[in-house]
Amino acid sequence: MAISEVTVRDAELLAVEEINAAGGVLGKKLEPVVEDGASDWPTFAEKATKLIAQDKVATVFGGWTSASRKAMLPVFEKRKALLWYPVQYEGLESSPYIFYTGATTNQQIVPGLDYLKEQGKKKLFLVGSDYVFPRTANKIIKAYAAANGMEVLGEEYTPLGHTEYSTLVNKITEAKPDAVFNTLNGDSNVAFFKQLKSTGITADQMPVMSVSVAEEEVKGIGVDNVAGQLVAWNYYQTTDTPANEKFVAAFKAKYGADKVTSDPMEAGYNAVYLWAEAVKKAGSTDVEAVKKAAGGVSLDRPEGKVTIDGDNQHVYKTARIGVVQPDGQIKEVWNSGEPIKPDPYLKTYPWAGGLV
Amino acid sequence: MTAPVEGADTRAPIESADAAVPDKGAGATAPGRPVRRWQGAAAFTAVAVLALVVAPLLLEPFRLGLLAKYLCYAIVALGIGLAWGQGGMLTLGQGVFFGLGGYAMGMYLKLNDAGGDLPDFMVWSGVEELPALWKPFGNPVFALTMVVVLPVAVALLLGTLVFRQRVRGAYFAILTQALAAALVILLVGQQGLTGGTNGLTNFFDFFGRDVAADETQRGLYLLVAVVLGVLYLGARQLVRSRFGRLLLAVRDGEDRVRFLGYNPATVKTLTFAVSAGMAGIAGALFVPVVGIISPALLGVVPSLELVVAVAVGGRFALAGAVLGAVVMGYARTYFSEELPDAWLYLQGALFVLVMTLAPKGIAGLAAGLVRRREARA
Repeated sequence: MAISEVTVRDAELLAVEEINAAGGVLGKKLEPVVEDGASDWPTFAEKATKLIAQDKVATVFGGWTSASRKAMLPVFEKRKALLWYPVQYEGLESSPYIFYTGATTNQQIVPGLDYLKEQGKKKLFLVGSDYVFPRTANKIIKAYAAANGMEVLGEEYTPLGHTEYSTLVNKITEAKPDAVFNTLNGDSNVAFFKQLKSTGITADQMPVMSVSVAEEEVKGIGVDNVAGQLVAWNYYQTTDTPANEKFVAAFKAKYGADKVTSDPMEAGYNAVYLWAEAVKKAGSTDVEAVKKAAGGVSLDRPEGKVTIDGDNQHVYKTARIGVVQPDGQIKEVWNSGEPIKPDPYLKTYPWAGGLV
Repeated sequence: MTAPVEGADTRAPIESADAAVPDKGAGATAPGRPVRRWQGAAAFTAVAVLALVVAPLLLEPFRLGLLAKYLCYAIVALGIGLAWGQGGMLTLGQGVFFGLGGYAMGMYLKLNDAGGDLPDFMVWSGVEELPALWKPFGNPVFALTMVVVLPVAVALLLGTLVFRQRVRGAYFAILTQALAAALVILLVGQQGLTGGTNGLTNFFDFFGRDVAADETQRGLYLLVAVVLGVLYLGARQLVRSRFGRLLLAVRDGEDRVRFLGYNPATVKTLTFAVSAGMAGIAGALFVPVVGIISPALLGVVPSLELVVAVAVGGRFALAGAVLGAVVMGYARTYFSEELPDAWLYLQGALFVLVMTLAPKGIAGLAAGLVRRREARA
């Protein structure tokens, strides 16, 4: 398992442990079975099949990249089993057998753009890794920009795992955008931010808005390289809620005081609680009964109130824009005030009409 | 990856001396021992009964599906065994041919499922009209023909270009690997045309049957096993033929073969094309069995893993190549289920262990044991 995925698994196991300590679900203890998708899409499908067909699990929590989810989707739909997917993603999907506890585009990317617009940033440069999430995200960003009087000066993709960014950073500095929208994945961020810092351009002059950089990644990139930059998520370790205080303390107690919590971890942690709540409401772990009961389930979670939208099986989430601090934590500078209704197909946004 | 290449060149005469021994198909080289040929046929029949009768009875559908996947990889491995073990062409890019076959099949299945509409991924990628490249793949006969024709054509073209220029050894290996890397970048970049990193997935119908149904999967398993068996016998025949002897000779002394009046480039190109065709067929079978074809399945890493599997099984024996693919596939599943945190290390350790203890792989080890017993008798 890649490092980011391990942290999500750890958070999910913590939730299982907590639920069991509180008496389990319907009088039964939860028993986790862990499988490794190895960042390899067919392996995700193979392991999902094993969990459903052989281990006969009640539900599955997991998946990381969009490709891993797309590979697992037919497995869950054909076997009528449930998957809880904990990562923010590119939307345009609503499988009846998947619950999406991470943000869809209107809960992360659109608020990120709203914030940049509010700050008076008119010229954007788009940087992303070459796979489905960045390409789809950038299509949405371009449609938004066209409708909101913003200009996209450039759109560049690099292969996953790419680490040579001098040419790209050079292109950006020549184009002189007001802000950069960054959908790079994983290690590429390290090289990108290092290279960008070496040009001497500060976050004040040209902020970079990232949607795949959370607390865990900040550690890897090096705080020095990324401090002051913007990120868009629904949860930060610093989010001020009673549930979060408890989550952070419990996570550190179980896994070490130096560990951080992040958005995908929290979304995975929530997924276990949301499923348990739906099971209690349904009085059964039967998939169809749980699906039916899940709509409207609402809990106070570390990120604030989350509610399952029964129609598309996404959750209402509060959008939060943050700034990376010199200590590696992220400070919230803006939030949407209330949980945003999930809209994976952006049907309520007129400018997105041509996208789907 | 240069070590095996150098080994193949420098130690070639020694290997050629006993390369025929581990190969069940090498009975022809030992005309004085008809017993061995009889043993080979018996072993093949035993394995065939095991694969076609015993496995479907004993294994539950999920495990049978996994075995079908390993056998798909075994078909690719058979091609690598032919090109590398017999022909000395270390091909690190078989994923390219596997992918061409797989995408040809995947495109047909996608279009068939869409039933006149656009395939799902094109809709969310913003493609409005079916691209011209896709149109002919709606025809099953065309798509199935392309499964073999595309990989063979690419291999013939590549082979003609490089073998005529006497590119070989590490240079050929690097070239094939670069091809695999390039194809991945091409597929990922053309999201609207190829599904990008997600690849093609979510198939429903396979020639009128529900692709996910246990019955269909059992039928597919049997199909894969039969195809593997037929291709194995074909490859064995090829190795035993005059052409096969010439291929071995090219591997062990290309210049000498040239001085004898043969054209090594033709021999190598044809063999490379055969191995590419096998990979294409494997890719096409893989798609309905596993339900996905994506760039991650045909890039540098999976291509290398198959070469590793062939090395573990024993590259000088066609049966070794097949065995290696099944063993490595099974090891991957077993280790990853038992030890999700450490399985990649174990997989690597297995490779190191086999290579240090038995440089000619499992097949070489087995042949050594047989020889020792015969010597004692």
